[in-house]
Amino acid sequence: MSAVGAIAAAAPMTGGGEMSTGESVAFWILGPVALAGGLGMVFARNAVHSALWLVLTMLSLGVLYMVQQAPFLGFTQIIVYTGAIMMLFVFVLMMVGRDASDSVVEVLRGQRLAAAVLGVGLGGLAVAAVAETLTAVGPVGLGPGYGPEARGNVQALGTSIFRDYLLPFELTSALLITAAVGAMVYTFAGQVRRKQAGQRERVVERLRGPLAQYGSRSGPGVFATADSVATPALLPDGSVAPASLSRIIEATRRERLDADIADVASESGPAGEVDARALRGGDGHGDGHTDGHAGHDVGSTHDRLSEGSHRATGESEGAR
Amino acid sequence: MNPMPPPGYTQTLIADDPFWLTAIKVLVIFAGLMLVTLFMIWFERRVVGRMQQRPGPNWNGPFGLLQSLADGLKLAFKEDIRPVLADKAVFFIAPVLSVVPAFVAWAVIPLGPEVSIFGERTALQLTDLPVGVLVVLACSSIGVYGIVLAGWASGSPYPLLGSLRSAAQVISYELALGLSIIAVVLYAGSLSTADIVAAQSTGWYVWLLPVSFLIFAVSMVGETNRAPFDLPEAESELVGGFHTEYSSLKFALFFLAEYVNMVTLSAVATTLFLGGWMAPWPLSLIPGVNEGWLPLVWFFGKTLVFLFVYVWLRGTLPRQRYDQFMRLGWKLLIPVSLLWLMLVATLRVLRAELTTGQILIVGGVALVLLVGAALLIPDQAPPDEDPEPTIVTDYPVPPLDLAVPPTPKRRRRAVAGSREKDPSGETVSAGASREGEP
Repeated sequence: MSAVGAIAAAAPMTGGGEMSTGESVAFWILGPVALAGGLGMVFARNAVHSALWLVLTMLSLGVLYMVQQAPFLGFTQIIVYTGAIMMLFVFVLMMVGRDASDSVVEVLRGQRLAAAVLGVGLGGLAVAAVAETLTAVGPVGLGPGYGPEARGNVQALGTSIFRDYLLPFELTSALLITAAVGAMVYTFAGQVRRKQAGQRERVVERLRGPLAQYGSRSGPGVFATADSVATPALLPDGSVAPASLSRIIEATRRERLDADIADVASESGPAGEVDARALRGGDGHGDGHTDGHAGHDVGSTHDRLSEGSHRATGESEGAR
Repeated sequence: MNPMPPPGYTQTLIADDPFWLTAIKVLVIFAGLMLVTLFMIWFERRVVGRMQQRPGPNWNGPFGLLQSLADGLKLAFKEDIRPVLADKAVFFIAPVLSVVPAFVAWAVIPLGPEVSIFGERTALQLTDLPVGVLVVLACSSIGVYGIVLAGWASGSPYPLLGSLRSAAQVISYELALGLSIIAVVLYAGSLSTADIVAAQSTGWYVWLLPVSFLIFAVSMVGETNRAPFDLPEAESELVGGFHTEYSSLKFALFFLAEYVNMVTLSAVATTLFLGGWMAPWPLSLIPGVNEGWLPLVWFFGKTLVFLFVYVWLRGTLPRQRYDQFMRLGWKLLIPVSLLWLMLVATLRVLRAELTTGQILIVGGVALVLLVGAALLIPDQAPPDEDPEPTIVTDYPVPPLDLAVPPTPKRRRRAVAGSREKDPSGETVSAGASREGEP
């Protein structure tokens, strides 16, 4: 496009009528390219390829405008049509998926006939309009000397839009904005408005809720009767899985807890406070070695659960 | 300060350039941008390294300057992989589409004033179109195609997601970018970049239009997909984003496009807001400082400041979440720039139709009304005394005023007895029993 800019800058700003060499060269390059883009759009099998061919046509048209001393129109064509509108097309096509293909079943009766008639009619209109333009209307140069006060194309365009045709321009923008708002309303009308809770609100809500909402639960697919860490896991044959036994819990001797259990059970316990805090099995007094003489058979939960398999271990530890 | 040329002067100056001069300019700009890209990669790695308390590349060449050259050569010799599911033609076109517009935008950037090259009077600018600013916008809107098509043509999910993000991102931020440019164009009265620079000879637009400048600076980062807005290539979410499937020279083209885009937009920001090639204030008092080849130094100095800010942002800010990013664009930048534009346009009209005294009176009345309205706004309610939720639960949490209850008598006796009998004690644990087994 830098070459095109050079051509546009180098093209002599003629008042109209004759076509410069640079302009004809540009036309004979860009015309076939634009035409190829149009044909490619119609015949491409893939929807995204089709869109890309159309982009090519639009780019060629934009450059043609620039060559014909209408740089503002040319770049607006590229920015608006190629940059925004076709980008939205490509966006939607990508969302639909790369393998989506058109249905070839004709749903409207007589569609092909109507399309053919209307297409031929449109073609006829276009040819007539172009022929009229070529014969009747004389070309007017859009170069630097154009427009009121001879300030050039861009300024003249601005004067036209914002002074002479302000009301139609404003009406068109109002129509477009109404259409955009309408599309938004139709999109969001069916949805229930719900305030999105932030991270902090969710935490507060969770902490205010019942206990079951925090802390981890058993994973899915687990049959569990309790969530306690003290509950050992069972192997498929029904025996206790050694790896599921907690070291800390197993290191606490049953006898150490006896007194606490009695406390909790008896009426004369500490202030009748029967809750989890009354169990002081691991209350940090360092008195873990209550009964040195106790055998392995009256030991911890672990011993009682898997007595047979761990008898030898207990003996080895007793000997230590 | 030398008198500025009238609007459109640069255009006529460049229009009669002979072909060889245009060719030289094109070559110099192309080669210069390649060199700047190599420099920029090194610069970014060194600066980020310094920010992260490490040296950065310092081994190849003086100060490690040749490191990016070595990396580039290595990249060129890597295997060029094309995924089986890729769309062949589009996969090839995409990197080209992303890199070419980045270079093209440099055609309209004024690098310096009128100079003489081999006896030919010309300006340090490839071409000066009457719609120069639109060229930059058009180039960035074409450049998005490269990214979007790269993601689509790769035929794999991560690039597709990256390119969808990128399309939405660039379209959104292009609006804010364009809106912030309008204020500059209103004041300069021209779309030509050379005229905009000339219009800033009395004062840079960064002082006159600070809001526009801020919006431009933010959307510039969004437009180039750089941190903290580098969502299309978010490594932690999308592997590499749109260029995940690319390798070798095609990847190098994307890399080049990213860095050239950075440099391009920095140069545009310099042109629009920082007075282009004009010397900064204390230096601008020296006569002759804005003539000849010296302004190239000012221009690239200012551009380098923007590039440093790019690197600084990358070294400082974490990546934004996608919804935060979109909210910033649509709910902050665009409304603020629309309001600012209204304000600027109103002021322009008032300046044209009212005298200074009248403006001051109207402004004073408006200010009084604003202050009065501000007084009418009720004070903000004081926050809750205790926003922390009280945990209502029977979970065994010790109370703050916990008094340890006395040990029962029976246990005290048992403890004393055991201490006398067996100091070593004996416990059985699962781990210990496993160790004990043969």
